[in-house]
Parts: sequence; structure tokens; C-alpha cells
Amino acid sequence: MLELRNVSFQAENEDNGKEIEILRDISLTIADQFVAVTGPNGSGKSTLAKIVAGILTPTDGQILLDGVDITEKSITERAKMGIGFAFQQPVRFKGITVKDLLSIAAGKDADMSEICSMLSEVGLCARDYVNREINASLSGGELKRIEIAMIMARKSRLAIFDEPEAGIDLWSFQNLIRVFEKMHEETKGTILIISHQERILNIADQIVLLSDGRIEKVGSREEVMPELLGAGRPCRTLAEKM
Amino acid sequence: MDIIQQELLTQVADLHEVPEGAYNIRANGELAGRNTTANIDIITKEDRSGIDIRIKPGTKSESVHIPVVLSKSGLKESVYNDFFVGEDCDVTIIAGCGIHNSGPDDSAHSGIHRFFVEKNAKVRYVEKHYGSGDGSGERIMNPTTEIHLAEGASLEMETVQIKGIDSTVRTTNAEVAQGASLIIREKIMTHGKQHAETDFKVDMAGADSSVNLISRSVAKGRSSQVFRSRIEGNASCHGHSECDAIIMDEASVSAIPELTANDIDANLIHEAAIGKIAGEQLIKLMTLGLTEKEAEEQIVNGFLK
Repeated sequence: MLELRNVSFQAENEDNGKEIEILRDISLTIADQFVAVTGPNGSGKSTLAKIVAGILTPTDGQILLDGVDITEKSITERAKMGIGFAFQQPVRFKGITVKDLLSIAAGKDADMSEICSMLSEVGLCARDYVNREINASLSGGELKRIEIAMIMARKSRLAIFDEPEAGIDLWSFQNLIRVFEKMHEETKGTILIISHQERILNIADQIVLLSDGRIEKVGSREEVMPELLGAGRPCRTLAEKM
Repeated sequence: MDIIQQELLTQVADLHEVPEGAYNIRANGELAGRNTTANIDIITKEDRSGIDIRIKPGTKSESVHIPVVLSKSGLKESVYNDFFVGEDCDVTIIAGCGIHNSGPDDSAHSGIHRFFVEKNAKVRYVEKHYGSGDGSGERIMNPTTEIHLAEGASLEMETVQIKGIDSTVRTTNAEVAQGASLIIREKIMTHGKQHAETDFKVDMAGADSSVNLISRSVAKGRSSQVFRSRIEGNASCHGHSECDAIIMDEASVSAIPELTANDIDANLIHEAAIGKIAGEQLIKLMTLGLTEKEAEEQIVNGFLK
């Protein structure tokens, strides 16, 4: 179970040096199987994910994982405690191969058959990829799939995916959803997915709708989806001005 | 041969026992073992220190090992080795030098290797440099390589210096004839106050010749590196050089390319990139459970693999 207590995050605007609030007083409890975080661009979704993974440090507030305060814990400590994070834009490495990264992710020197089963889950054939370097020779879509395979290999109890659907258009959504389901079967943990995709939101047990750094709404998909789909809500900034 | 010398041999030539094929092992300036084959002859030079390696035309899938080890502090030597590779050969040459210096005096080895590669012959040349020992004396290596490639010949050189050499100036001059090709892959890591200089000079003399110089290096601590590559295109040719360096701590790296095209059909390219390890690479590996230090090692090892 992940708990955020009054989490805020401020950053400096590079243009004018002014502090801007990216997350404002977020309190949230996440315990379900599939949780989707959604909201317009700039609403703070990725920032929220990075704060949970330890990549960003909140300006205020506390983060608890299964009751343990992890606010001060490093990225590495959180990873070891079972938090996995799939980047929105996977990182490239010169000289490090698919096998190397999957082995690091799995925490052991994975053999060919293990690599094969990890990669086939994301629709890649191990034979073609195992010794490929994670460099510019791989396409964005291939990197994205390998990124997802790494999180599967970690068997995290809290797996965070930052827009997993971006860049994998050719791979059916059904497969992506099957990957999430299989992960849950194995880990019995929580899968937190940042997404704009209706089809992903449709499998969520809980949807968190962020807007302008605040929680706009939290609830089951039956509760949140109608609001999301019903257009015509005025923009907050505009509403405040009027 | 003592344990220190054997350890050096393992490091520079992956030799755990007597190698197969032809070999010549030099330890502390003296001959420590030699074997010749029906096709490969090794002859001691009479006018100066060094050997001639003569490989008969048409020799295929044979190898020559010529490692050098120095374990006596203060020893300084220059060795001249000439390789004559006959037409249509396909051979592997493994050289390498290991210095163990646990004394106060500088130890130095300068290997001057000349390659005369005849028509359509293929050579793979591997060279490793390694230093160990905790003496205050420096471990110095200044390898010079001179390569003459005849028509259609090719040479692929891998040169590695990962550890323990305090000062090195590596000079490589090559002349590439018609249809011949040269590939050089260099890997260097420096730390402490070490200094490494690489100086490539290639004359693309014949039509359809090609050269590819690839250097990957990591500079740590307060070490410094200079990468110089000069390619002169004197005919229709393809020349490419690439210097890719990771810089850490207070190290410094210079990449100085020089391309000269004297022929309208000379195609010459240089690429250079110097920078620290990208923060997002460290973060990615940390989210996989590595500490920052482990992540850094993983990135450096992969880069130099």
C-alpha cells in the first residue's frame, strides 16, 4: 500500500526564476491492483511518479510504503524495497546490452531461457535482441518494450509505468494489458499506470484525476470515467478569472 | 618465470600456459620462450633489440603471440619488432606489454612495431597494455605502430589500456594502398594523475581505400588524455574517425581531429563527443537497485567493453 500525505512539490521556473507549484498538497492512498493516474499535460502526473520512485524529493509531505516512511530514502533503497519505475522515455546506454540490463533488473545473471521468457512477454524474440546494445540502433518502440520487460523482471510490489502506451502503437493494447495482469498475478502488488489512454483507464480499479497539481477526483472507474469523458468543463484558470 | 610475470602475461595476452602456434615471450629484456611453425618464423635482430616475424604467403588461421613483461623496477627498453605478412595470409597477431613496478625507479617499454602486409592479406592485431605494482616509480609505455598495407590488404587493430600505465604516448602511422582497409579500435581508461596521448596519422594513398579509427575512453581522477587523428585523403577513399570519451572528477580530455582531402572523391568524417555520464543513465540503473557507485561502474564497463 502506498500512501501520500500532504505531498507538495515546487520547482523554479527557468524563464523567470519564480517558484512554481507542480504538486499541491496531494493526499492519496493506493491499495488496489490497477491504479491509473490521468490528467491533462502539465497536471503533475510524471512528477508524482518520480516523487514516489525517489527521483524527485517533495518540498513538503510524506510518502509511506506499507506503513514505512520512505520520504528520505534514496532511489536505490526504494528500488530494493520493491518500487519499480518504467520511464516514459527509456534511457540509452552505449555498450550495455539487453541481457546486461535484464540481468541487473532481475538481480542475477539471467540465462538465455530466462531472457527469452522476459522478452517474449513484450513481444520481442530474444534471439534478435539479447546481445543488442541499448543504443541508438534500437527504435523508440523497441526500447519501450525492453523497459517494460525490465520492470517485469524486477517483480516489484509497486510497479510504476509512466505512459507505457506511448511509442508501442504496433503492439496491441491487449498485450500490454495482459502484461499488467500477468505481473499482478506474480507479484500480487500494485501497478500504477500514468496514462491518457481510455483503454488503459478502462481496466483500472481506481482512477486518480490530476489537474493543475491537485487531485481533482479519485474513485472507481465508474465514478471517474463519466467526468473524464464529459467534455465542456471550463478550465480552472479561466474560471478563476471570470 | 615467476608469479608476477605470469600474472602480467595473463593480463596482456590471456595466456595461462604456453600458447598454441608461434610465440616469442620477452621477460625483463631477455628471451623467455620462443616457438616457430612451418609457416611462421621468428628471427632475433642482430643490429638492435627486437625480432623479425616472417609469415609465409597463404598462411591461414594461424596466430603469433609476442607478449612482453617487465617486473624489474627501473628497467627501460626499446624493442623493434617487424612483421612481414605474405600475400593472401589470414593471421592473428597478439602483442601486449605488462609492467609491474614495485620500486622507486621508472620502468619503461617502447615497442616499435612495423607491419608490412602484402597483397590481399588479412591481419588481426591485438595489443593490450597493463601496469601493476605499488612502487613510486612510474610505469611508462610508448608504443609506436607503423602499418603498410599493400593492395587489397586489411588490418584490424584492437588496442586496450585499462589499468596502471602512468604515462603513454601511442603513435600510429599508416599508409593504405588501393582497395586496402584499416580499422583501429582503441580503448583507454586513465585514473590518478595518468596521462595518455594517442596520435594517429593515416595516408590514404590508393583508390577505394578505407580507414576507420574508433576511440572510446574514460578519464577519471585528475588524469588527462589527448586524442589526435590525422587522416589525409590522397585518392578516392573513405575515412572515418571517432572519439567518444567519458570524463569524470577533475580529468581532462582533448580531441583534435585533422582531415585533409586532396582528392575530389575523398570522403572524410570525424565525430567527437566528450561528456560526463548522463544523470538519467545513473538514475535508471539506480531504479533497478544499483547504488550510484555501482551504476557508474556498470556504465563505464559497458562503455569500454
